[in-house]
Amino acid sequence: MGSRASTLLREEEIEEIKKETGFSHSQITRLYSRFTSLDKGENGTLSREDFQRIPELAINPLGDRIINAFFPEGEDQVNFRGFMRTLAHFRPIEDNEKNKDPIASEPLNSRSNKLLFAFRLYDLDRDDKISRDELLQVLRMMVGVNISDEQLGSIADRTIQEADQNGDNSISFNEFIKVGNFLIFCIFGNMNYYLT
Amino acid sequence: MSSLLSSPVLSSLPFSLLSSPLSFLAPVLSSLLSSLLSSPLSFPLSCPLLSPFLSPVLSSLLSSLLSSLLSLPLFSSHTSSPVLSSCPSSLFHFSQRFTTVVPESCMLILLGLVLGGIVLLTSKKQLYQLEPGLFFLFLLPTIVGDAGYFMPARLFFDNLGAILLSDVSLCSDQKVQAGLMEFLLFGALISAVDPVAVLAVFEEVHVNETLFIIVFGESLLNDAVTVVLYKVYMSFVEVGPENVQTADYFKGVASFLIVSIGGTMVGLIFAALLAFITRFTKKVRIIEPLLVFLMVYLAYLTAELFSLSAILSMTFCGIGCNKYVEANISQKSRTTVKYTMKTLASIAETIIFIFLGISAVDKSKWAWDTGLISCTLIFIFVFRALGVVMQTWVLNWFRLVPLDKIDQVVMSYGGLRGAVAFALVVLLDAERVPAKDYFVATTIIVVFFTVMFQGLTIKPLVNWLKVPRATNRKPTINEEIHERAFDHCLTAVEDIAGLNGYHHWRDKWEQFDKNYLSKLLLRKSVYRKSELWEVYQKINIRDAISVIDQGGNVLTSARLSLPSMASRASFPEVTNVTNYLRENGSGVCLDLQVIDNVPGAKVEEESETHHFLAGNLYKPRRRVRPCQHCHTDRQRQDREIFQRNMKSRMETFKTTRHKRHSHKKDRSDVKEQDLNDKPRRNVSWQDKDPVVVPVESEDEKGEHLEPEKEEDVGITFVARKVPDTPKERPKSVPAGLEVCQSPSVAPPSPTCSERNLPWKGGIGTLPVCVSMEATKIIPIDLQQAWNQSISSLESLASPPGPVEPLHPLLSSSPLLSSPLLSSPLLSSPLLSSPLLSSPLLSSPLLSSPLLSSPLLSSPLLSSPLLSSPPDPQEKRERKHLSCLTASLI
Repeated sequence: MGSRASTLLREEEIEEIKKETGFSHSQITRLYSRFTSLDKGENGTLSREDFQRIPELAINPLGDRIINAFFPEGEDQVNFRGFMRTLAHFRPIEDNEKNKDPIASEPLNSRSNKLLFAFRLYDLDRDDKISRDELLQVLRMMVGVNISDEQLGSIADRTIQEADQNGDNSISFNEFIKVGNFLIFCIFGNMNYYLT
Repeated sequence: MSSLLSSPVLSSLPFSLLSSPLSFLAPVLSSLLSSLLSSPLSFPLSCPLLSPFLSPVLSSLLSSLLSSLLSLPLFSSHTSSPVLSSCPSSLFHFSQRFTTVVPESCMLILLGLVLGGIVLLTSKKQLYQLEPGLFFLFLLPTIVGDAGYFMPARLFFDNLGAILLSDVSLCSDQKVQAGLMEFLLFGALISAVDPVAVLAVFEEVHVNETLFIIVFGESLLNDAVTVVLYKVYMSFVEVGPENVQTADYFKGVASFLIVSIGGTMVGLIFAALLAFITRFTKKVRIIEPLLVFLMVYLAYLTAELFSLSAILSMTFCGIGCNKYVEANISQKSRTTVKYTMKTLASIAETIIFIFLGISAVDKSKWAWDTGLISCTLIFIFVFRALGVVMQTWVLNWFRLVPLDKIDQVVMSYGGLRGAVAFALVVLLDAERVPAKDYFVATTIIVVFFTVMFQGLTIKPLVNWLKVPRATNRKPTINEEIHERAFDHCLTAVEDIAGLNGYHHWRDKWEQFDKNYLSKLLLRKSVYRKSELWEVYQKINIRDAISVIDQGGNVLTSARLSLPSMASRASFPEVTNVTNYLRENGSGVCLDLQVIDNVPGAKVEEESETHHFLAGNLYKPRRRVRPCQHCHTDRQRQDREIFQRNMKSRMETFKTTRHKRHSHKKDRSDVKEQDLNDKPRRNVSWQDKDPVVVPVESEDEKGEHLEPEKEEDVGITFVARKVPDTPKERPKSVPAGLEVCQSPSVAPPSPTCSERNLPWKGGIGTLPVCVSMEATKIIPIDLQQAWNQSISSLESLASPPGPVEPLHPLLSSSPLLSSPLLSSPLLSSPLLSSPLLSSPLLSSPLLSSPLLSSPLLSSPLLSSPLLSSPPDPQEKRERKHLSCLTASLI
């Protein structure tokens, strides 16, 4: 697979991806081989089923949400570019990158992009608000069956009240940033570490 | 440690205290030891170590007396207070000011120096020495045990890489300083960063958690390295440097691995054992703390026995068992363990430092060599810094949050040497190591320098460098949730990218833990609980407490009752009632009457407190319902009815406790109203509710939740009682079968609220609940408990009267809460209400295994109904109602 991967990936493509995502050359080739190994249909794109075939992902409570995050709205296929773009959210934050190129659009691994990514995990309907029901869904996925709806409901209520500042009983992105910001450092991972 | 101890006068207290816990422990430990020894495994170490134990205790007792005597005049001269008796207070102020600058450990050493000087002056001979036996067998374990047990496991493992690396690299770097074997030996022991000293200093400095855990974890693990290196070099010295062959070096390395890994394994084995044992202590809560102490200590002794790293063993035992043990043992035991450990650790720490001071005064023991001392100091500093820099350089490749220069400075500066090094050097055999006296002197100086000088200056340094301090911010529920979500998210991404990273393995471990370990080591009742829910409970309770604390003087009297609530409430299985209510009831609205159902004059204050809380805490969001406003009239009506009924019912109830009537019509009225009213959750409403709930809920529980009942021995309420309203029975029973173990799943919740209905709704309803037959069924031995619960019911029920007007919605609530019971629709198809409610049928049926019959356990009834805790009752029930109706129709 590995050899095929590198042959299929053209140099200029790698360059573009590198520019867009900030991954290094070797990281890109490595991820590309992973991509192709996931791609059972061998058509250069991944479908939801391809993702679901990963056994660990199947037992991950939030697995479906993560898979969703890979797919642009309304599509059920993702190509390598899209794949890399999503993974780029998980690169460590690089402070100096911003200073280098202030005009360019924010890198994918910036703080706010990471937060947005996390926010989207909750916000299913993309209305930029985490409603109580959306929160409940995520909570239910995470806690399993050991907790009653009511308990979960009160947790969700409290969560929202804690974060909610404008009283609309939902968590907007801005409110989410306030409560999630401190987590980003410790939580949003370091892809470099594994890929090098 | 505790600020109390920092006052010199108080610091002498632990001395006198010391004798009691230690001497108390002594027989226990010695019996343990002797049982160990009686086995064929008997080992030489413990025996000689134990016998000299008594003398240290005696001597410490003596010295404690002495020091407490001495400290008074001693310090009165400082403060120049003319009146001797007033000196403690003035001293306290003095020390308070003083300790903001000087760390406690320095103070203690100074005190020790002074004491030692005085003793030396009077007797010309140093009587009290820090004996290695005492130190390693009793003082060190207490400190390490405390640290290990309360070590935040996740933080520790998150930083494990850093700790391990720094540990090994920093320890080995000292070897270079001298060529001779003896210097190697010395280097090994002096390079050990001492957990005691680090703990003492860093806890006061409040550096951020990462830094603290790295330095402290390193110092803990250091022990393994130090002790092994020490032993290896020791044997080298014995053999003579010229006889050492290359193979021996490899043996040294191998023995290092064996010692540290073996120690860890021993610790983990004991952790598993301890967790497993505590699973079965339901009925003997009293031995739980003892078990924890003994097992942790046994881990230490066992490792020492096999000359493995005892500190490692103890630390890992503490870390490993913490999660399971904490969940298994009762709240009281938890508190006991916590404070006993902390106290013992403080005592041990105090003693170590004072003894360090005392033994330093004895000139006969050491010989001064300026060259050696200054060289050592410089080398220590340089190598520590070098090691830190090198190792952080490596680490930063892997770390998410790189350790920056400031962290490195603090890390290298925080390398305090302490009692471990001292004890090791004193242990040296003077005949084999001729330079022992020099080493002792140097070690003492090094310890003094690092503890006094670095300890003194680290605080200003940290301030000056603006090292991020530990924030005492408690996690919010948002953070908890998002953290979990992000963890899952990262794991998923690692899986997608095909990487086996840290999260991947942690996830694997969590799966394993969930599927096997927790099942084996946790009580079933605990195992079923959701962590998130626990966290949520804790946060709520914490909020309640802080709100009350800030509440000001209005609530002073109420505040008194809070601590008990806090301690109990944060714990799952205190009593059935409290437990049950907390699990289900304290959800959002923390009600003191629920939690603290001690009747009496307090109730009013508590209700006051409750209102305060209700007003200030997060409230459950009210579902806005269109119909909500249209039935205020009816609510008012209901309330009036309720009030009237309540009064008369209470009277009837008091006089004829066991008299029962069935008032079905009351109920049916209620039912109808319920159906119409859209009940909503109102915070204030709960005020009353809890009053009623406790008794009843426990009743239901008592019946089918036998396992739970046993959890706490002391519960009076556990009635075997049965059947109040027949319908609940059916519902709760099936649930009981499945869910009974886990209160959090909250089987009987709906029933509980349903009972409110009869209780509040009509005069006759209650009697129905407590049917004659039901009481008869109660086994004789439980009868008393049942009566008790009834009487508590009475006393609880009375107070609500005056409070009532405050809750306009109250009256509606009972009605609303009852839809399930009352609604003919629901009850009819499966359990026809009249049938069930008839006392004849209900009682035997309910208490009998028949309940588990398919009819009753029908999923329809059991699952949705039972799973709801009573807390936001009305809301839930409405939901249930609707879902039931939907499914039925």
